[in-house]
Amino acid sequence: MRGENYMNLEFPSKSANEAFARAAVACFAAQLDPTLDELGDIKTAVSEAVTNCIVHAYPDTIGQIILKARILDGNVLDIVVKDRGRGIEDVEQARKPMFTTGGEERSGMGITIMESFMTEFRLSSVPGKGTTVHMKRKIIRRGGKK
Amino acid sequence: MKLTSYVQDRQLTIALTGEIDHHSAREIMQTVSEKIDLYMPLRCILDFRDVRFMDSSGIAVVLHTLRRMNTLQGKLFLQNIPAQPYKVLRAAGIEKVTEIREECTK
Ligand SMILES: Nc1ncnc2c1ncn2[C@@H]1O[C@H](COP(=O)(O)OP(=O)(O)O)[C@@H](O)[C@H]1O
Ligand SMILES: [Mg+2]
Repeated sequence: MRGENYMNLEFPSKSANEAFARAAVACFAAQLDPTLDELGDIKTAVSEAVTNCIVHAYPDTIGQIILKARILDGNVLDIVVKDRGRGIEDVEQARKPMFTTGGEERSGMGITIMESFMTEFRLSSVPGKGTTVHMKRKIIRRGGKK
Repeated sequence: MKLTSYVQDRQLTIALTGEIDHHSAREIMQTVSEKIDLYMPLRCILDFRDVRFMDSSGIAVVLHTLRRMNTLQGKLFLQNIPAQPYKVLRAAGIEKVTEIREECTK
């Protein structure tokens, strides 16, 4: 694909922005002609990543969240969600299903869901500096498309 | 959040609606708890028919409701779960700890 398309967003870590963020990425992804199932997976993963910034990265303050999406060759949606919050001490532990530092209100399934709903998932974090989630989702080309 | 519910023979049915995420989950949990405390049901049914989106915050809502029903020695059922929330619930193995009735896939 020539003239690759992208979008960058920046917004404060207010929980009302969770719905905004996943809707924005879903609209951007529409050009790849995803199915409802594919769109559902993407929205879920974005919701998880942005919620983690809001709940865990900036637990007592409002901080900045950066959300980037790009279209890559091969009908791939590339998403980056970045915060400059508290970071994760033990990434291995954080990735374990059901592990949460969030108590009763969280399930500890966010990272597991991002890993399994997306084609690629990477998490990097520096304690005290912030966390970046980088994920990709290939959208299946279906008949009738150029 | 207003949640529609009805009670019959100590069976409490609660219809969840809209988008369940961290932003809405706390209020949903609170409302569900209040209804359970009020009616002390033997069976609680969460109906997902009108849930348009759900992320892992919804898993916490279900587990919270399950714990509540367990302390009453009652049972929890989930019904009419659309495809997107169903996939999220399955990722957490929810079908192993509650009974799911007539899932509908859209
Ligand atoms: N952006 C982040 N900043 C700081 N900590 C994070 C971030 N994302 C995840 N974590 C840590 O990883 C844990 C697991 O995250 P997740 O799987 O999404 O479950 P949950 O959000 O339900 O706790 C969190 O409880 C938190 O301790
Ligand atoms: Mg999470």
